[in-house]
Amino acid sequence: MDFLNALVALLNFVVVPATAYGAQLALGALGVTLVYGILRFSNFAHGDTMAFGTMATILFTWGLQAAGISLGPVPTALLALPAGIAAAALLVLGTDRAVYRFYRRRKANPVILVIVSMGVMFIYNGLVRLVIGPGDRNFDDGARFIFTVRDFREATGLDEGVGLRTSQAITVITAVIVVAVLFWFLNHTRTGKSMRAFSDNEDLALLSGINPERVVMVTWLIVAALATVAGVLYGLDKSFRPLTYFQLLLPIFAAAIVGGLGSPLGAIAGGFVIAFSEVTITYAWKKVLEYLLPQSLEPSGLVQLLSTDYKFAVSFMILVVVLLFRPTGLFRGKSV
Amino acid sequence: MSAGNGTGPYGGRGNNDASIVKPGSGSSTVAAGPGGDPRPARGTRPFLEGRGMTGGYGRGPDILHDCTIAVNPGEIAVIVGPNGAGKSTAMKAIFGMLDLRAGTVVLDGTDITALSPQDRVARGMGFVPQTGNIFTTMTVEENLEMGAFIRRDDIAPTMEQVYDLFPILRDKRRQQAGELSGGQRQQVAVGRALMTRPKVLMLDEPTAGVSPIVMDELFDRIIEVARTGLPVLMVEQNARQALEIADRGYVLVQGANAHTGTGPGLLADAEVRRSFLGG
Amino acid sequence: MSQGLRNAALFAGVGLLIVLTGFVQSWNTALVILNMGLVSAIMAIGVNLQWGFAGLFNVGVMGFVALGGLAAVLVAADPVPEAWSAGGARVMAGLVLGALTIAAAALFWARMAPGRARALGLVAILLVGFFAFRAVLDPGVAVIEAIDPAATGYLGGLGLPILLSWPAGGLLAAGAAWVIGKTALGLRSDYLAIATLGIAEIIIAVMKNEDWLSRGVKNVIGLPRPVPYEVDLQRSETFVARAAEFGLDPMTASGLWVKAAYGLLFAAVLLAIFVLAQLALHSPWGRMMRAIRDNETAAEAMGKNVTRRHLQVFILGSAICGIGGAMMTTLDGQLTPSSYQPLRFTFLVWVMVIVGGSGSNLGAVLGGFLIWFLWVQVEPMGQLLMSTLASGLPEGSDLRAHLLDSAAHVRLLTMGVILLLVLRFSPRGLIPE
Repeated sequence: MDFLNALVALLNFVVVPATAYGAQLALGALGVTLVYGILRFSNFAHGDTMAFGTMATILFTWGLQAAGISLGPVPTALLALPAGIAAAALLVLGTDRAVYRFYRRRKANPVILVIVSMGVMFIYNGLVRLVIGPGDRNFDDGARFIFTVRDFREATGLDEGVGLRTSQAITVITAVIVVAVLFWFLNHTRTGKSMRAFSDNEDLALLSGINPERVVMVTWLIVAALATVAGVLYGLDKSFRPLTYFQLLLPIFAAAIVGGLGSPLGAIAGGFVIAFSEVTITYAWKKVLEYLLPQSLEPSGLVQLLSTDYKFAVSFMILVVVLLFRPTGLFRGKSV
Repeated sequence: MSAGNGTGPYGGRGNNDASIVKPGSGSSTVAAGPGGDPRPARGTRPFLEGRGMTGGYGRGPDILHDCTIAVNPGEIAVIVGPNGAGKSTAMKAIFGMLDLRAGTVVLDGTDITALSPQDRVARGMGFVPQTGNIFTTMTVEENLEMGAFIRRDDIAPTMEQVYDLFPILRDKRRQQAGELSGGQRQQVAVGRALMTRPKVLMLDEPTAGVSPIVMDELFDRIIEVARTGLPVLMVEQNARQALEIADRGYVLVQGANAHTGTGPGLLADAEVRRSFLGG
Repeated sequence: MSQGLRNAALFAGVGLLIVLTGFVQSWNTALVILNMGLVSAIMAIGVNLQWGFAGLFNVGVMGFVALGGLAAVLVAADPVPEAWSAGGARVMAGLVLGALTIAAAALFWARMAPGRARALGLVAILLVGFFAFRAVLDPGVAVIEAIDPAATGYLGGLGLPILLSWPAGGLLAAGAAWVIGKTALGLRSDYLAIATLGIAEIIIAVMKNEDWLSRGVKNVIGLPRPVPYEVDLQRSETFVARAAEFGLDPMTASGLWVKAAYGLLFAAVLLAIFVLAQLALHSPWGRMMRAIRDNETAAEAMGKNVTRRHLQVFILGSAICGIGGAMMTTLDGQLTPSSYQPLRFTFLVWVMVIVGGSGSNLGAVLGGFLIWFLWVQVEPMGQLLMSTLASGLPEGSDLRAHLLDSAAHVRLLTMGVILLLVLRFSPRGLIPE
């Protein structure tokens, strides 16, 4: 019984939140890794692209809510998501046209593109704050929980319970669908394969008659969709605040690098590695240990390795370890 | 191998009379030696010809000086020469990868000097670069598919023909190309180029870095490709072996034609032997 | 126009902007801009040293600046003897233990043969060391933070003159840069960027959360000053008399005098750092640095130890940022860890370097002044723009309120646009290398 209680507590406080967070990071990291694979630079504006897509979705959600449209127990934001993606797509395609294409044509050094993306980051950031303000926005409506901790306890008779929030379930389901569609696209369609070919060997792809501008355009479309979905899921699960999205850049980059930059599979694995490490290291294990250890050994403190304020440190440490011992990442990304 | 006369996978393109590309056929010997007309002496017009090419990379110094390379229909032409002679550069010039200051490139009677490499691929030139010539993270089959990217028709028959030509690729079609051995990678690379159903195939040092046994096998395959009627132009480091299978050979020295003739003719030429075949 | 004349004109232009501010707004504002411009110029020189000289992509400027700020507290704040006697020894022991653990782990890793045993041993050392560190440190921290938390609740500083904190800030930042450089240099440029971005966030997190060290979000206020206080000046009869000669009331005059004094101090430091940076740029060391930047492979082939040189310049540049950070905290008179934002302290400095001209120290100085001026002045301009836009809207409408509220964010947008325009149309900046 104690063992079951410990397990349930672990599920509730570690596994469920980390899975949802991991899915959000994975989607974010996929965007970063795609830009890296195709356009060959680390996109510092990715966090703010997520913020922009989420902001657009929130605006459309408000519109829908004002019109009295809702999805019942499911957040209205899901209905507004396609419109948000479209807005983000317009933004990134416009940016590519006005900014990145110039440097691509001149075959600029990747680090110049990174600096350029810093400028784009400023602009997106200013844009988002200008439109929606720097404060917290909660746009989650619909049912809060699929089942609560109390429901679970009453149903099972255990002391501990596990609750599942709607946003967590939606995060995982949406992420699975998005990733499945993305992989199907990359592995089974002509355009998807041409993207992989371009990422693998640009010169040979050109020789094979693959149109680079088309590949780049499709990439930005996918990146806009991934960023918006990741941002909206994160916003539903936690809340929307422009600065938070900017700060997500670090765990997202960590996830992409840990998985291997340029490797989509690696981005997903990296997202979960980072999320689970962050949550387990910043979780106070006292409760779980109390169930597992005999009374005499029970811990007096919280048994928290690091306070939650240091979650950045966790992604950072993992990043450093991977960079030192396996610089190409778990899934052998590009090392150039 | 299934590449029979007339029914070869590339039938209807180039010269179907495979007998004329038999290796070692001595009937078309051209007097070899400096000053010999570098153009093929046969009555037919060359299928692909870079004539009087002069140029270099970007704004750098000229690497090629009035260099002429030509391939006849159904023949194997080989460019050999010492290191730094501009062999690969000559091939890249024909393929449009450097700016020519003088000279023209003619493909099947059309002047293509101004076309980009991509457009040349669309016009029927198949090019296999020396390095980075496969998509290492993609499967063998996907490599072939990408080779046929510009085609909108059914590519399955062409893929079958490539598999017939390189049976090992059929077995490894689901494997990542990057996991294959050096010789197998080169077969993937050639197969990829063949997927566009090119009218002429250009190989940049196809045997670089492979063992002698693999090299012999690769040459056999190339002969087979040529036998289907597809003209082949290649740059080779292994001059002796390459000239043995060549209908035409070009010896470049410092970016200019030094000797031109049939493969066996050049092999027999004392001057060529002494100056760079090592006696 | 010759290069020298052009540069002089550019500086004169920026000077004119600041003087205009003095006439149009107030001399107080002009001096505030000038002082932070001086500090910004120092930070920009630091980043330029790394990026312009060596091509190192450091986006952790904020972290080094914050370390400088921390140095100001550690050097100049009054010590809290109660805290020291209650938990000081314990915390110090904890820190020493932590350092020993890392040293032991590094030594173990270097001495052992590669293999599973080495990896497991390393993990074991780190785990045991970490728990021991926490076991020693945590009770000490708890005691210290319990002592009069509203006023102190931290160990305090050494109570030394605050000017000493400027070099101390440089040293602290240099130490951090050494650790980061040892791990991240030699990797690709993007990786260094991510690593520095991360370390900066961690430094801020430590300063926000380790109350025993920096009072965290409770801030350290009332740091001593290297210049007189306004109230003292106003009490001094000679000062009031001198002010009256210039037709100034004592309040205004004291404010201006204090700011001017800061300005002189800062200008002296800027001048010293600028001269040193110029000497470095034109020394054989600087030439080698640029040779490495332009062709790393060739330099390596010539037997230059590229990673070592990079480490040197990374440490130097970070130290300069640390000095700038300590100066800034001195100017503010307080340390507020939550005020460190990457957009303001990392990316804005980058805009200064790029706009000024990467690789040119003079450019970095110019960029520091110009961009700081714009950063300050774009906000009122945005306010003006927004109120013009909103003037047609009815009083009390949501959009009107929103427009007026969002004026503050126009400057992020402006900085982004400036950066992109310079990169596109004048990639070598205002004063090219």
